[in-house]
Amino acid sequence: MNIDSIQNGFVIDHIEAGSGMKLYDLLKLDEHDVSVAIIKNVQSKKMGKKDIIKIDADVDLNLDVIGYVDPTATVNVIKNGELVEKLSIAMPQTLVNVIKCKNPRCITSCEQELDHIFKLSDKSNKEYRCLYCETKA
Amino acid sequence: MRSVIDIVDLTTEELDELIKTAIDIIDNPQSYADACHGKKLATLFFEPSTRTRMSFEAAMYELGGNVISMTDAMSSSASKGESVADTAKTVSCYADIIAMRHPKEGAAYVAAKAASIPVINAGDGGHCHPTQTLADLLTIYREKGRFDNLTIGLCGDLKFGRTVHSLINALSRYNNIKFVLISPEELKLPSYVKRDSIKSKNIPYVQTTDLEGSLPELDILYMTRVQRERFFNEEDYLRLKDSYILTPDKLKNAKADLSIMHPLPRVNEISVAIDEDPRACYFKQVLNGKYMRMALILKLLKEAGTI
Repeated sequence: MNIDSIQNGFVIDHIEAGSGMKLYDLLKLDEHDVSVAIIKNVQSKKMGKKDIIKIDADVDLNLDVIGYVDPTATVNVIKNGELVEKLSIAMPQTLVNVIKCKNPRCITSCEQELDHIFKLSDKSNKEYRCLYCETKA
Repeated sequence: MRSVIDIVDLTTEELDELIKTAIDIIDNPQSYADACHGKKLATLFFEPSTRTRMSFEAAMYELGGNVISMTDAMSSSASKGESVADTAKTVSCYADIIAMRHPKEGAAYVAAKAASIPVINAGDGGHCHPTQTLADLLTIYREKGRFDNLTIGLCGDLKFGRTVHSLINALSRYNNIKFVLISPEELKLPSYVKRDSIKSKNIPYVQTTDLEGSLPELDILYMTRVQRERFFNEEDYLRLKDSYILTPDKLKNAKADLSIMHPLPRVNEISVAIDEDPRACYFKQVLNGKYMRMALILKLLKEAGTI
């Protein structure tokens, strides 16, 4: 399968297979009127299978979201068709308004205009907990 | 502004200091009779409570202060859709300190962030209830004279029981503690509490469904009620509510100096016949709760520069 190279934008590579769509949703790429390619289950020597997202525009990318979904993903910045920078990704200590608490008893389910905040509680298990009720994300 | 939302907001040293103050209040009540003269405690109770609200109010009165109350959320602006943050900001204009209970988890944190006066969490859903833990700690201290070298059995609803989680967290800071976790399979201690408060500190623990078999080794038995309000499904509640009922005959193999505790209210999990047993401590806990709330109100008002 051939996907054209991009001129200016980002290639999010080495995404754990199956996480590409989740990353697309959480990055809110559907809200941008730009060309985006989601390539699923690409053969990878290192990972077996992986997902890739190519964004052909200089959008404002929230790296915390990528770090939350898959901290082992890589982000390549492309300018004029050339790779100019590789951005380092890490699991963020705090996630603000990226995901919502699923606990119906949490204050975030009813309080107006409250930021949805999650804290990294266990790095080895990639576990985040709601700042308010401590429910696991 | 210093608030207390979770028991972990207080260091071990601060817990010791609060216990010291509470003991001094017990020994010298007159010395504290005017400590909060002219100051107001606002009790904001968005869900029903008898003992906690009355305990806070009695605590403030015994410190010479006054109390203003919102006891029924249905008659307050909360029923008109006012946010917790706005309520906290408004009440900050009237009072010097807030004690708040709310059915939503994290509500006290939101109130504390918005208020310009100290907020004490008097229970936020199934999340935290730090002043109950303070009552529990003073009870253990007065009954046992120590917090270390204890085997503590926790029995009943260990999943939703917020007092259990807080007590485990507080006691896990002391030396040579062992926990015996007694519950039905469905109401086991959540794995994150076990991981963060027990396993990470290499504290020995046993997980069992057998209350009677566990009793002989216990120094403290902390019974809890299976709480109807924590279940989404009435059927599950009815199936689990009578899992453990402590009766005098079950205590025959227990230690002579066992302390039987319960955060109250009880339904039927401790037989009334046990009330006369000198090992029953649950009504002492109620009284100790008032003293610890007095100590906490004093501490927070002092830190805020209000007294």
